[in-house]
Amino acid sequence: MTEAISLKEVTLYDQQTLILDHISGQIHKNKITTFIGPSGSGKSTLFRLLNGLRSANSGDIFIHNQNIEDIDPIKLRTMVGIVLQEAILLPGTVYDNLAIAPRLHNRTFTKEEAEQVLDSVGLERHFLSKSAHTLSGGQKQKLSIARTLVNKPNILLLDEITSSLDQVSAQAIESLIQTIHTQYDLTVLWITHNIEQAINVGDQTWVMMDGKVVEQIPSKQLYQSTHPRVAEFVKGGIN
Amino acid sequence: MSFQTLALTLLFVLIPLVLVYLLKLQIEKDIIIATIRSIIQLLLVGYLLQYVFSVNNLIMTILMVGLIIGAATQNARKKGVAIKGITWKLILTFITIEVITQGILIGLAIIPATPQYVIPISGMVVGNAMVLAILFLNRFTDEVNDKEKQIELILSLGGTPKQAVHRQLITSIKASTIPTIENQKTIGLVQLPGMMSGQIIAGADPIQAVQFQLLIIFLLLTTAVLTSVMLGLLSYPALFNNRLQLLKNVLNEHH
Repeated sequence: MTEAISLKEVTLYDQQTLILDHISGQIHKNKITTFIGPSGSGKSTLFRLLNGLRSANSGDIFIHNQNIEDIDPIKLRTMVGIVLQEAILLPGTVYDNLAIAPRLHNRTFTKEEAEQVLDSVGLERHFLSKSAHTLSGGQKQKLSIARTLVNKPNILLLDEITSSLDQVSAQAIESLIQTIHTQYDLTVLWITHNIEQAINVGDQTWVMMDGKVVEQIPSKQLYQSTHPRVAEFVKGGIN
Repeated sequence: MSFQTLALTLLFVLIPLVLVYLLKLQIEKDIIIATIRSIIQLLLVGYLLQYVFSVNNLIMTILMVGLIIGAATQNARKKGVAIKGITWKLILTFITIEVITQGILIGLAIIPATPQYVIPISGMVVGNAMVLAILFLNRFTDEVNDKEKQIELILSLGGTPKQAVHRQLITSIKASTIPTIENQKTIGLVQLPGMMSGQIIAGADPIQAVQFQLLIIFLLLTTAVLTSVMLGLLSYPALFNNRLQLLKNVLNEHH
């Protein structure tokens, strides 16, 4: 199986605090890998490293076999898209928000293209001219996903994108990601606080605790983990 | 005005002192220090200028302008310590503004190249640039702190640092230059500008005084816009590293 991402002893400090502690592992190409673990375990920080918003203090990250530090940051961020927990929308219409990336890269972005992206995330086409701030929580998150997809990334990082949504919207996003994953041939990395979600959508699951990856396991076997802390965590013992 | 007459003006210091004492505002000390400092500083400047004007020497004039720029930099840099290299960025901005304004004024023979003209006008231009620099740096660091998530969103989508802080730069440039522009809209209606009043009191023809004041107003417009734009373009790169990452600690450490 080919790797989309390979991590070797990745370590990161914030001031004097150890945030990521010698993280190693492989993320399989075109699969969905889910990330679970207590808050503050370093999951979001790891994603920021993969999108190039931060750099590790030591260790190596390879994206499609190329060292991340050798990839032009702009190219890296286009290739590895990130969707954050809080859908940060800029003032303007839905179209304006979708057009951010093309504008950054001086690329034309037609109404038809915008409509196609809206279709793929299940937002109605007439939303294009609506003010982005009038959308509901679920719709904002869909727009946020669509905005990242406009860059046509190979790897998609999703950071707790359903945590602020109600169950119905969360499930809609879940099936949406599964569809997009196949449709766009994407490698998906997904941080979630919901164990069931991690199992349902994931092929592989990484469990992170105190800046370390304590378990890398096929998602369906998560409940059978023999690691005592992981077993306790999935039963809801650790938050 | 004789020194005896000037001594009488101290009555204007006595009035607030009495009031402050009666109302127990406890700022008597500050008023006294401010009074003494203004007397010493202005008299020193007066004698220094008298000397520089009398020798009428180019090097002396440049030294005086250098002193003005040094003092302005010292004052403004406190607001931008978070930005790496802010001192030389401010010096470069002030020198550029000085060269452009004096270049036009002297080059086109609008003013003669004598210290009587060059030094006071430099003082006004650099002084104004200093205020603008402080306004800009205050606003810009606040904007970047407040909009950190928006800036990182643009970066995360593959934007350059300049694209990422574009909105914050524009907002800060606008916010810092607007007071200068607004001030000019009402000039002369509410109060007469200080320099113009001074000239009129000293016996100059009001039209002559107005002409000089207009010159200063236009100069300050250039100064305001140039300071903000130049400082903006010089400062934003210091907020990012060579991997185009926003250096958060740079700003947060100073808040």
